[in-house]
This record gives sequence, structure tokens and C-alpha cells, in this order.
Amino acid sequence: MTGAHTTDPILSVSDLVVAVAGRIKIVRGVSFDIAPGEILGLVGESGCGKSMTSLAAMGLLPPAIGVTKGRILLGGTDITRLAPHERVDRGCGRIAMIFQEPMTSLNPVLRIGDQIEEAIRVHDPDVVPAVRARELLDMVRIPDAAHQLSAFPHELSGGMRQRVMIAIALACRPSVLIADEPTTALDVTVQRQVLGLIRELCDTLDMGVLFITHDLGVVAQLADRVAVMYAGGLVETGDVVPLFAAPLHPYTAGLMGCLPDPDSDDPLLATIPGSAPRPDEVGDGCPFAPRCPRVADICRRGAVPVRHTDTGQAVRCHFPLNGEAST
Amino acid sequence: MIETIRSSTRLIAARPLVAIGAAFLTLIVTFAIFAPWIAPFGPDAIDPVNRLLPPGGGHLMGTDHFGRDTFSRVVYGSRLALLIGVGVVVFALGTGVPIGVLSALYPKLGRVLMRMVDVLMSFPSLLLALGLIVILGQGVFNAILAIGLIYLTTTARIVYGVALRLRAEPYVEAARSMGAGTWWVVTRHILPNMISPLMVQASFVFAFAQLGAAALDFLGLGAPPDVPSWGNMLAESRIYITRASWLLLWPGLMIVLTAFSLNLVGDWLRDRMDPRFREMVGK
Amino acid sequence: MGRYILHRTGAAIATLIAASIIIFAFIHLIPGDPVYVMLGDGATPDQVAALRQRLGLDEPVIAQYFIWAGNALQGDLGQSVFFDTPVTQVIAEGAETSILLALITMVWIVGFGIPVGVLAAVRQGRWIDQGLSGLAMLLASVPTFWVGLYLILIFAAGLGWFPSSGYPSIFEEGGLSNLRYLVLPSLALAAPNAALILRLTRASMLDVSREDYVRTARAKGIRPSRVVVRHILRNALLAVVSAFGFTFAALISEAVVTETVFALPGVGRTVVQSILRRDYPVIQGVILIIVCLYLVINLLVDLSYRMLDPRVELE
Repeated sequence: MTGAHTTDPILSVSDLVVAVAGRIKIVRGVSFDIAPGEILGLVGESGCGKSMTSLAAMGLLPPAIGVTKGRILLGGTDITRLAPHERVDRGCGRIAMIFQEPMTSLNPVLRIGDQIEEAIRVHDPDVVPAVRARELLDMVRIPDAAHQLSAFPHELSGGMRQRVMIAIALACRPSVLIADEPTTALDVTVQRQVLGLIRELCDTLDMGVLFITHDLGVVAQLADRVAVMYAGGLVETGDVVPLFAAPLHPYTAGLMGCLPDPDSDDPLLATIPGSAPRPDEVGDGCPFAPRCPRVADICRRGAVPVRHTDTGQAVRCHFPLNGEAST
Repeated sequence: MIETIRSSTRLIAARPLVAIGAAFLTLIVTFAIFAPWIAPFGPDAIDPVNRLLPPGGGHLMGTDHFGRDTFSRVVYGSRLALLIGVGVVVFALGTGVPIGVLSALYPKLGRVLMRMVDVLMSFPSLLLALGLIVILGQGVFNAILAIGLIYLTTTARIVYGVALRLRAEPYVEAARSMGAGTWWVVTRHILPNMISPLMVQASFVFAFAQLGAAALDFLGLGAPPDVPSWGNMLAESRIYITRASWLLLWPGLMIVLTAFSLNLVGDWLRDRMDPRFREMVGK
Repeated sequence: MGRYILHRTGAAIATLIAASIIIFAFIHLIPGDPVYVMLGDGATPDQVAALRQRLGLDEPVIAQYFIWAGNALQGDLGQSVFFDTPVTQVIAEGAETSILLALITMVWIVGFGIPVGVLAAVRQGRWIDQGLSGLAMLLASVPTFWVGLYLILIFAAGLGWFPSSGYPSIFEEGGLSNLRYLVLPSLALAAPNAALILRLTRASMLDVSREDYVRTARAKGIRPSRVVVRHILRNALLAVVSAFGFTFAALISEAVVTETVFALPGVGRTVVQSILRRDYPVIQGVILIIVCLYLVINLLVDLSYRMLDPRVELE
């Protein structure tokens, strides 16, 4: 599922299939593009495969899990199945990632400065590491940068550690930044600051950002485009405003219906009945069929076609909400 | 029955070494129970004419300096090995578990008890055992107590840690707030959750008890010299090792294989308990 | 930091005092009159009275403890009944052997256990790891005295590369080459302990490699070898170092047996002989010294752990 772009995408994922032990598919045929300077919000509930997609793009899949099909292109170069150091050896190291848990993502026995400089030495061998490290800390708005360089991770708060993670990511001079739920573990006020920082860096550095989250509110604020994922596959993509105004896939609509409406008088929270299938439980047909209010027989068998609208949205459904139906 | 065979074959395929270990332990138990029928000679059957014969002929493992058949003595020795192992495990767990559980349930008492355990653990293990032997004198029963004392302390510590953690579990708090008595909490929640770690602990204690008993026997501070234990056999063989190396090999090999099998089984049990491992295996 | 040192040292001293009470008490726990046990049944009343007075056994028990403890603090651990020399002298004579034996054994343990453990962890799951892990478990199951006897059989009696017993001091004729007397005993002692350190290193490496910060390190694109050394090993060693105290205690224990096998004139063999000879002042003195040493080593290991790991709060 791709949208229409005028410039070449900086990150291009085509028909990505990721499987455990070669058998159980946890990502089933995902495709998307990200343009420079664009933030793509990848949304979905826990376990839908969004983290695995991002780890696959980075080459950081855990042992026993691997890419079995599909391609990942970074700036036109094929980086599928390459580990980070292999990418660096081939000159395509300019993709970086920040993770969900800033509290455990930094080596506790090394100083902050050393950990940033380590990344600088790999990707930016011509600069003076200590100087560049200070620059990066300034860029992520860490006060008193010179002092913080010699601090240990446990001396910093969660929000500060996440900024350090961003600095480390920036040290790789990335053209693509993957952010896997970077603010989920942070306080709301700190969240806003970190999100603001990501947006600003994306604009100034013209980075493409893959922002993964299960929080629709964050997506609405931050993303330019949205991709909705369910049970390992994409069900809908599109620009953020039209998608939120008029979602096309029943699952997307269901997700938005779940958002508590402060103006509503209804005492009950809307939910989507049932629960998401496990990777080994997904069978033939549309994976959302068991829970879909619009399901019909055709949904349960065979591949589901992708439809594009003229607003740039794409949806994988037999009966999308804009009325176009399969006969 | 079918299920046992099926799960046994699965085990043999997945962890062949563990299966071999379990088979060896079964062999030892068989030796112990059926010793009089398996051993061709009595363990004390002296035959001075046939001293120090190498393995072969009627003597599968050769004879010692008194002409006694090594194989028969090895078979009878398994009785002592099992006796020591079971004795030490029963003593260590039988005392260590109550101490650990009580310490977790009654914090004031617990602090005192754990302090005492700490003091005992400040003695290197064999020294602790030797100390107790000095007081009690030699003998199999005393050796069991002495070695058991070492593992009483480690068991108490482990049980204390587990019980503390379990006591803090929300469902236990919920039960107590509903008025559940202490005894109920112990029997329903704490003890059942300890079975797995205790089984692992028992395997390792059984294994180390073999080594500890062998060391005590070798020093002459364990089983009396006339008892056919593997450790005693090694002690007696010492002067003859250059002439009759088979006297060194077989009893020692039995100790090693028994301890090794127990360690393998303990390791396997511990792996089975680990939730990460279970995830991978798909249970 | 200072307050923590004070606190831990205080705890160690308290434990030492408690242990000393136990050590002192055990003479009085022996069934029968200790004096008769030491002298045998054929002792004359004069000998009994003399020994009783010499050991101070006619004082009340509590007083005896304080006398003994007080003397110990001043460096006097009493007189050996068998040798008729001060206990401290008996211990000092064995100290060189035992200390050198322990040091050389630690070299084998660390030099073999840690690198091989790292290797097994890095090649996890493959043949070499399975082989090494199996070997480690096997080595952990062997009695040290059996290994010792086999080493004597093969390398001393058989090949003649090393001597099979005794130990002349390095301060005497032969100098440092006398250390070859300690090669076989230290190898025997090292075998099971190196295996345990191997397994601990391997397990610790595997645990650390699952941590989030290792993933961050890999994401940076640095060489895998650097990830292993700078990120994984550095943190994994913390757990291994904290086991050194326990390893040392195990060494002390097993040295008792090894020194007996190799007839080394060390402290361990002194303990065994004293037990067989009922030389209680020596037994008490040696165990007290060993416990003291063990507590000191544990304290040092604990404090150094705090220094190595900047995360640890120094409450």
C-alpha cells in the first residue's frame, strides 16, 4: 500500500514478511514509503507487528526471527536482512532508532558522553567526537551539556535519557529516524516536549520519521500520514486529516470510536468486541473478519483487495466505509 | 503409560544427555535395591590369593589389595550414595524450608533467623561440616548431619527469598484481607509455588552431597573404614594407584557420573521452570 | 560511600563475633570432658589438672570466652597441645603454602573460566557451546581429590613432569622453580571451580545480551566484537566478580582435601591432622583465622562491586 509522492521516498518497504523460525508470520506483506521530511505514524494495538516491522528495517530482529520475503530500501539501496554494522560497512548506515524504554536503553556503566561518541566515531569519523557530542546534546535541548557528558545514565530523568537516545540517533546522521513508542513511558508534560523536539528535528534536518504508537491522539498531533496495522498487515493508510475525518476501514473506525468523548453522555466506553488473533491463529481471508460489524462470507476466504481513493487514502477491505463495496 | 513413553521419547530427542543422566540414576537405584543379586561377590569377601587383579575374568572391575571384587563393592557402594543423598536432602530441606518460610511470615523472627543463617554461611562449607564432625564424631549419620547443615543454610536463604516474594504478591494480600489465616496462605499459596525451585535445589543438593561425602570419607572422617562407600574405596586405593589404577578409576567414575547425572537433571528442571524457555519451546 | 563502608564493616565484625562464639562453643559441645578427650583415657590426674589449668578450663565458660577472644585480638591464639608451640606459629608455617596455592588456583580459574565462558556465550547454541557447557557441568561434578590423584598418576608417576607431593618453600633452595610443586594441586583445585565460573560467566553474558542497552549498542552499527567486550562483558563481569568471595571460600574448603592428597604443608592439612589428633586449640585458631579471612574477602568484593557499578546507590 503506497501513497502518491512527488519526491523519491527515503525509506521504502515492499511486501515485507517477517516470520518466527521461518514458519509463523508476524508481519504479513507490509508495504509503505516515507518521504524526506515526512512523519508516518504506524498505529496498531500491542502485538500487531509494528515493532517487528521497525526492527526488521533496522536489522535488529531477535534471533530465530527473520525476514522471509520482501525488500527494504534506504535511499534506493537494498538493506534487507543487513545487520547495522553490515549496513555501515556498505555505506548505508544512515537510519537510526529510538526505543520505548529510556530507563533501560542506555549502558549503565558508561558515561553519556562515551555512549554518544561511540556512535559518532562510526558514522562521522572526521569530526572531533567530544565537540560533536556537545553539539548533539545542545540540539536535543539538554541543559548544561558539558556537565552531562560525564554523567551516568542513572543520574538523568526519563525525559532526559530519551533526549540522549535521540542525540545518539542523530549522531548517525540519519536520513530516516524510527521512533518506537518513545513517549509511552514518559509523563504527559515530558511527552509533549519530546514530541515537539522530534517534529522540529524532522523539519530542520529533512529526516523521514517512522513513528510507532498505539496512541491515536499522538498520531493526530504529530504525523503527516498514518498507516494502520492489524494482525501483521496494513489495513489502511492515508494523510492524517482525511483519515481521521473519515476513516475507511471498520477497524480504524472502531479504534476512533474507542476514544472517550468528553462531550458524550454515554456512560459506557465503546469497544471492539473480541480480541486480536495471535500470529499462528490468522487464517485465510481478512484477519479482522471475526470482529467486523460489516463482515460477509467473501471476507473469510481469499485475499482482500486494496482500494485507493482520490484523497490519497488506501484501504484493504471488501466493504470500506465510503460505500465502495465488493460485489 | 503411552503418555509417559511419548514424553520420554520427546525428552531423549530434545535433551539426550539429560535422558542418559536419568537412565544412569535409574541404574544406581537398581544397584542399590538389588545389590545382593547383582553383585557376584560379597562386599567384604576377602580373597588374598587374588589380590590386585586387573579387570577381566570373573572380576569385571578387578580386585583390591584384599582381593575383594571391585565391581561388587561399587554396587554396594551405591546404597551408601543413595542413603547419604536422600538423608542430606531430607535434612537440608526439612529444616531449611520451615526456617525460610517462618522467616518470611514473621519478619521479627525472620531477621534473627536469617542473621544466624548468615553466621553459619560465614564458614566455608567443608569447614562447617568438619566442625560438626569434630563435635559429633565420625559416622554415616553424622556425615549426613554435617553435610546437611551446609545445605540447610542455602536452602533456607532460597526459600526465604521465594516466600518473601510470594507473600508480597497481590493475591496473597487480597486473601489475607479477606481473613485468610496464615496456615491457609502457607499451604495454599506459598508451598505449591515452591515445589519447582525446591526440586531443582534437591537435585543439586543431592549431587553436592555425593562430593561432600566422598571428601569426608577420603579424609577418614565420614563413613567407617569397613563400610563399602565409594569415597572409602578411593581412600584405600591411594597407595596402590600406580600398581592398580583400576581401583582409582571405578569408584571415582561412579561418584562423578552420579553427581553429573543429578546436575543434568537439576539443570533441566530449572530450564523447564524458566518462563522464557517455555515460550520458546511453545508449551 | 563512607557511611556504607562503616555499615558493612560493622556487619562483618558482628558476624565475626557471632562466629567466634560458635567456634569457641564447639569445644564445650563435644561430648565428654575435652581434657580427657585430648589426653586419652590413660591420663593421670596431674596431667589432667595441668592441662585444664593451662587451657583455662577451670574458669566459668563466659569468662573463658572473653579470655580467649581477648587474647585472639592481641594475636595470641593459645598453644598447640600436640606441638607445644603457639597456635599462631603453627598457622604461620602453613600460610605460605596455602596462600600461594590459592593464588595460583585463582589464576587458572579466572584465566580459563572467564574467556571460555565468554566463548560459549558468544557461540550460544552451536556445537562448541554445547560441548563446553557439558564439559563445564562434568568438571563441576568431579571430586577435587580424584582429579588430584589422577594428575599424580599421569603427570607425576607416569610422565614425571611434576612432583607428586610436598612443597619446599620458594624462599629456600630452588627458589621460584619450587612453584612446580604447586602446579598439579592447583590444577586439581581449579577444575570444579573454573567450571562454575565458566557457567556463571556464560549465563551472565547471555542475560546481559538480552538487555535493551545492548540493542541500542548494536543499533549504532559498531562492530559486534566491540559490542561483546565493551557492553556485554563489562556488565556481565559484575555478576562474576561478586561470586569471587564464594569461590574463595570454596577454595579454602577444598584445599583441605587437596593438601592432604598432595601432602602439602599447608593450613588445610594442619586442620585435618589437628582434628585427628584432637588438638582443639589449633582447630579453633585456624577456623577463626579462616572465617576472618573469608569475611574480609567478602567485604572487599562487596565494596569493589559498589565501585565498579556506578548505578548502585550507596545508602
